[in-house]
Order: sequence, then structure tokens, then C-alpha cells
Amino acid sequence: MKFGVVMFPGSNCDHDTYHVISKVIGQPVDFIWHRDNSLGDCDAVILPGGFSYGDYLRTGAIARFSPVMGAVKEFAARGGLVVGICNGFQILCEAGLLPGALMRNKNLKFICEHINIRVEAIDSPFTNRCQRGQVLSVPIAHGDGNYFCDAETLAGLQRENRIIFRYSDAAGNLTPESNPNGSLDNIAGICNRERNVLGMMPHPERASEQVLGSSDGRIIFYSLADTLAELAKAS
Amino acid sequence: MKAKIFVTLKPSVLDPQGKAIHHAVETIGFQGIQDVRQGKYFEVSINGSLSPEQARAEIERMARDVLSNPVIEDYRVELDPDS
Repeated sequence: MKFGVVMFPGSNCDHDTYHVISKVIGQPVDFIWHRDNSLGDCDAVILPGGFSYGDYLRTGAIARFSPVMGAVKEFAARGGLVVGICNGFQILCEAGLLPGALMRNKNLKFICEHINIRVEAIDSPFTNRCQRGQVLSVPIAHGDGNYFCDAETLAGLQRENRIIFRYSDAAGNLTPESNPNGSLDNIAGICNRERNVLGMMPHPERASEQVLGSSDGRIIFYSLADTLAELAKAS
Repeated sequence: MKAKIFVTLKPSVLDPQGKAIHHAVETIGFQGIQDVRQGKYFEVSINGSLSPEQARAEIERMARDVLSNPVIEDYRVELDPDS
């Protein structure tokens, strides 16, 4: 099994993600340069947080045209596991791999704080180690995390159980106060219809070691590693 | 030849920045402001290798595929062949 972490100009969570996969989860991981046309022999690819291309035009709007995104699209179409965290989520939406868009936070502020998310679906390669309704304490750090899509798309996400995480309070209640950025339906993370592409605004890689205040986020990386191990066994 | 491209949020999409500007201008004392919506404006210079029709097609495609996000935004292109 091997993970890949894409480096765009302006990525700044690439090394954190690499660290968690290699040192906390203990799995092989490579960096993938944004100009590469191939993902090499990676079995799962992560688009990390940051400010790719300075967030010019719109967040993720320029990164989606990077050569590596052609390879990511092909990989995803073949069923490869793709995770976009924060700026990575924004890139996946711009690239059309996930529906909707991430708009300016409702309160217009850049928000950097620990929040709670509730695991809404465990039938995904990213949450299969979680309990349904489990609350994870993870940080967010974004100015544009306000998830928006049209009513029809939202109904589809709900019907197909594609909302993977929602912002909640510590007890798991979905309240307006626990929604930090104005996202529709408290959405913090969604997957595609085929359930192999995840986008989430919170940063699990910044909450994978207790020394950082929470290790709740590592369950997502462990779930991914479990999925890859099972896939390897089956093949 | 120059093109002007206006990118605006769809009417159904909330615009917190426009709202903040609206509130600010009212606070300063501007009268009669009913609503403010913020958008983006691009000026693109086109070299002489394209006819006006080709230029319009190229700019329309660029506005649709790059400069705007169809999930949340609309665009409008103005082409001035004499500029």
C-alpha cells in the first residue's frame, strides 16, 4: 500500500499529512509534484490543505488545471481513493469531482479553531472504523468553507447518504451555532456517488496526535489504510 | 481588441460581502441603497490574430470554463472590436 500527497504551489499542509501517514499511521507515502502527469504506484491520493496558486480567481480554480489533476481524475474514475482536505476539497469541487462550491464564510472571517464534526456515514472507505454519530474534535482553518449547492444536488447528497461529516456540538447535536461558516445543512464533508472521493473542510491531519490537542482525526487515515489493506488482500 | 468580462453571483446565492458593503455604506450615510452585490471584472486584451467572431467564441469559453464557477456564478462578456 502506498499513499500519495500532492504538492501544489501554495500547499501548506502537505508535510503535516505526510508526517501523519508515515509516522502516526506508519504507512508508505510519497509526495507527488503538481506538474507530474502520473500518480506513480500510489493506491490513495490526498490533496492537502493550503492556498494553491494563492487562491487567486477562486479557491482551487487554478489548481484544477494542474497536470497532476488529469491523473487524479483518471485515478478517481478507475475507483482510486481520493481525499481533499480544506483547499483539496475546494479543488475537487472546482474540478467537478465533487458537486457544489465552497464560498466565503458567512461571517466573512478566516476561522481557525477546533470544532466538532459528526460522522454521518460509515459505509465509506474513509470512515469505516468510525461509529455512526461519533463526534470528532478537529480543527478548521479557512476563509472559504461555506458549502453551497443547488436544492436538487443537496437532495441527492442526502438521499444517497453522501454527506459524510456534519458540523455539530460536542454532544453531536446539529445546531446553527455549531455551524462555523454557514454551510448548507451543516455540511463539513461529502463524497461522490461512487464513494471513492471525499472532500472535507476540517483538518484531520492536524488532530492526529494528542500533543496537538486531539487525536480524533487519525481514525480517517486508519480507515483508509484498512480499506487499502483489504483491497490488497482481495487482489 | 479588448473584452470585458463581468462575473456575478447567481441571484439565488447569498452574498455576505455585498451585505457587509451595503451595511457599511448605509452606516456612512449613503441614501437610497436597496441592495449591493459584489462581483468580479476582467479586462482581456486580444491580439490581432483572431476575428471578432473567433475572439468572442474564445472569450465566452474562457468565461464559462475558467473565470466563473457555474455552480454559484453567472457571466457576461462585452467585446469592443475597435479598442
